[in-house]
Formats: sequence, structure tokens, C-alpha cells
Amino acid sequence: MTRPSRRCLVLLGATLVAACGADEEPASSGGSASKPVVVSAATSLKKALAAYGEQFEGGTVRLSFAGSDELAAQIRQGIKPDVFAAANTELPDALFAEGLVDKPVSFTTNELVLAVPEQGGTVDSVDDLGAEGTTLAIGAEGVPVGDYTRTVLDRLPAAQSKAILANVRSNEPDVGGVVGKLTQGAVDAGFVYRSDVEGAGGRLRPIELPDRLKPTVEYGVALVKRAPNPAGGRAFVTGLLDGAGARALSDNGFGSPPGR
Amino acid sequence: MTQARWFGPLLFTALVTALLFLILPVVAIFVDTGPGELLATLDDPAAVDALTLSLWTSALAVAIIVVVGTPAAYLLATRSFRGRSVVITLIELPLVLPPAVAGIGLLAALGPNGLIGDSLDDAGVRVVLTTASVVLALTFVAAPFYLRQAEAAFSALDRTWLEASRTLGAGEATTFAQVAIPAALPGLIAGLALAWGRALGEFGATLMFAGSFRGVTQTVPLAIYERFATDFTAALGLSAVLVAVSAAILLTVKLATHASPARVLAPR
Repeated sequence: MTRPSRRCLVLLGATLVAACGADEEPASSGGSASKPVVVSAATSLKKALAAYGEQFEGGTVRLSFAGSDELAAQIRQGIKPDVFAAANTELPDALFAEGLVDKPVSFTTNELVLAVPEQGGTVDSVDDLGAEGTTLAIGAEGVPVGDYTRTVLDRLPAAQSKAILANVRSNEPDVGGVVGKLTQGAVDAGFVYRSDVEGAGGRLRPIELPDRLKPTVEYGVALVKRAPNPAGGRAFVTGLLDGAGARALSDNGFGSPPGR
Repeated sequence: MTQARWFGPLLFTALVTALLFLILPVVAIFVDTGPGELLATLDDPAAVDALTLSLWTSALAVAIIVVVGTPAAYLLATRSFRGRSVVITLIELPLVLPPAVAGIGLLAALGPNGLIGDSLDDAGVRVVLTTASVVLALTFVAAPFYLRQAEAAFSALDRTWLEASRTLGAGEATTFAQVAIPAALPGLIAGLALAWGRALGEFGATLMFAGSFRGVTQTVPLAIYERFATDFTAALGLSAVLVAVSAAILLTVKLATHASPARVLAPR
């Protein structure tokens, strides 16, 4: 037996992590027996892409959701989905610069909001977040939702931003974790996307951020190089920009891509 | 006799296959982690925080499990009563529960809107997202490993030892403490090692129930997951440290079992 190469070993390890880190949701349509289109997408896209996947006519779609940074790390470790859809443009741009994906395009926008449980609660604005006894869950650093949150905090006076960070009880690996902590009542408030609040079935209430604090939340999508099903991937992205995918996005609270 | 010709190699092949498959990921971690990276891991204060938290929360969880689990397992092993097998099945159930289910279950029971958590919350006690919730999650997932092993160890004891002890005038408590525990010690320690290993590796239930915050709830597996996205080398380094710590616990426990006088007492 030949000794397995270093690269293979790392790939195996990455596959194991990928298998436990991401939850896959098969969404079928078309009934074609050809290769499925494999899509790695940001957690916040879950509802919209699941709806799109059911209508997609270019074959079966296999969706895998996790924090965009985890998905980018998987692609760096050699995992090749056909499509990578991230909750920012920085991660696809970075993978493009590394030669791992084709040139990314922006396909939708979202809005960062402060979310609180529908009932009860003590938080009515960003100004309440620093109060003693208030608890928050936010995205971890490096996850898009966590980075957008830190952009907001950086725009606040230093003392206020410090007081808010001191009230953070959990740095979640994806926006789904923040939503879960909120709907369970484990924390008083959290920063999530507007589409998450709309997807939470009335259990969360959004508090709009003042314009001076709002970060630009733009989603980028790219075809992964040397992926198994490039034609399927291209068809999926086309529908995302203008078609069933774009409609599913706007039905689920996402905004049009910039410049449209 | 023709059977023996292929059956032996078959067993051998199966063992080699199992061994290769099981050690491959562990070997891969060390192939990619030089001593430099291991040391760098221990230089990272966040990683050290995670290690410290993991070690003491898992040790506390295991202590709780041993203190409560040993007498409970003794009762299960030495008494027959109606519904005993139902009780054993219920105790073993967490063994086959996915960690995510454990996390949801703990939230449903002890979360602020949960079964018991609701009244706790009214009383001003909130366990979610605290270090206490980490210990609870670890205890929940690891306890069955100890209980199962301890029950088996007590069941395997030669009843005549326990009866002789009582005939000689020792009370039941004395028999339990001075005869049953020493005689079952190897099995108890093996159970402890399994439970500790499981507690150290816990990920899903901790993330859902306790969240992830450095120094408070971010155990080593959560820190590894966070690093996977940002710094794969650091994730490998921390993984290597966790493998080393877990292996050290397993080894220490095995050596302790061999040195124990209990072997003399143990039934054949």
C-alpha cells in the first residue's frame, strides 16, 4: 500500500469537518438524472434558496448552508461546490484573487437590523444595548454578520461600543445561531439581517438602525473553478440574477442588487 | 478445516481496515502540525483560555457523574425491580441522541422559555450562555458512558464476595464502599475515561445551549470550529493539542487501572 499524500490527508480532514459543519438540504426539481448543482450558501439565504431550488429547472439542487467564512475555508481546503453564495462580497473576492473561483457578481442586498423577541424585552434602540443586565448574541468575528455588527459598533462612540461588547454573551458561528439564541429568549437582543426577522415567523421584531450606522450588506456569488457541474452552476446563477431565484430572494425580504 | 484458511485472514483484514480508517484523521492532524505550530497554539491566549475552560468544566462534569452515577449504577446492578430495564434504557438514551438533539432538549428544559427554565428565569436564575450551562451539557452527554460501564462492572462482581462481606457483619454501605467499589474499580475507571473523553469533545449541545464566548463558554472544540474559517493552521494546532490531552487521559487511566489492587479481587 502506498503512503497517502499529505494533500489527501488534509482533504479527508476537511471533508469530515464539512460533513459536520454544514447542514444539507436536498431540494429537487426537474427530475433530471444528471449531476446535481451543488450550492454552498450563507445561512441567511436558507429560506430564499430552498424556495428557488424547488423551482429551478436546470436539474436537482443540493444546498449546503453555513457561515460564509466556513464555506470559504472549505473551498480553500479543496472542496468544490459548483456555486458559492456569500453574505458579503469580500469572501468571494478573496477566493477570486486566490484563483479558486470565477469573477464574483453581486446578486442581492440585505439590511442589518437589531432584533429583539416579539414580546417583552427591554431594548428599543441601539442606545439600550449598553445598559447593565442587557444581554446580546452577535456573529463571531470573520463571519459576515459578525463583521457587519462590528462595523456598526465602530461607528458608535468608543465608550458605548465597549459597553455593548461587554454585554455580548455569545459569538455565534453563523447568523442562524444568533436567531436561535434570540427566539429561545436566551438573550435580549442581537444583530441579524432583516430577512432573518421576516423568516422567523413573527417571533422577532426588527429595530431599524439609524442611517449613519447602517452598513452596506451586499451578497456576492461566484462559480467555483474546476467544479463538477459548471453548466448547472451557471444556470443557477443566471436564475439568481434575473429569474426564479431573484423572485425568491425578493419574496424572502432581500433587496435588489446594487445598480438596479 | 477449509474454513480456517480464509477466516483468519478475513479477521486480520477487518482489523487492519478498521485501524487504518480510525487513525488516518488523527495521523493527518499531526502530519500537518509541526512542533512549532503546537507551541504557537499554546502561545495564543484565546486557545489557552479554551483549553483551561475545557479541562475544568469536563473535570467538574465527570466528578458530578461519578458521585451521583456510582451509587445509582450499584443499585441498578444489585437489585432487581419492576421497570429496571426501562430505567436502563432511559439512562442509555442520550448515548444515541445526536448532540443537536441534546442541545435542543436542554434548551426546551432549561432555556428561559423551557419546562423548568421558565420558573428558574422568574426566580432570577438563567443558566443558558453561562459556564454552568457548559457543565450541564457535558454532564448530559457524558453521563451514560459512565453509568453503563459502572453498571456492567458492578454486575460482573462475584456475588459471594458481597455476601461474605455481609456475613462478616459489614453493613451494606460498608460493603459498597470497601468491597464493591475496589473490586469494580477497573470498570469504573474505564467508564470515567470514556465519559471524560466524550465531555472534552462535546460540540453541538454546547454551541446550542451554552453559545460560544471566550473564557466563559468557548471550549476547545468550539475554538477549533471558529479557527477553521479564519486560520486552518491554528485549528490544526489546537486539534493536535486536544488529541494529545485526550490520549494522555486515556493512557493515565489505563495505567492506573493496571496498578490498582482491584485486579487481585476481580472475578475471573
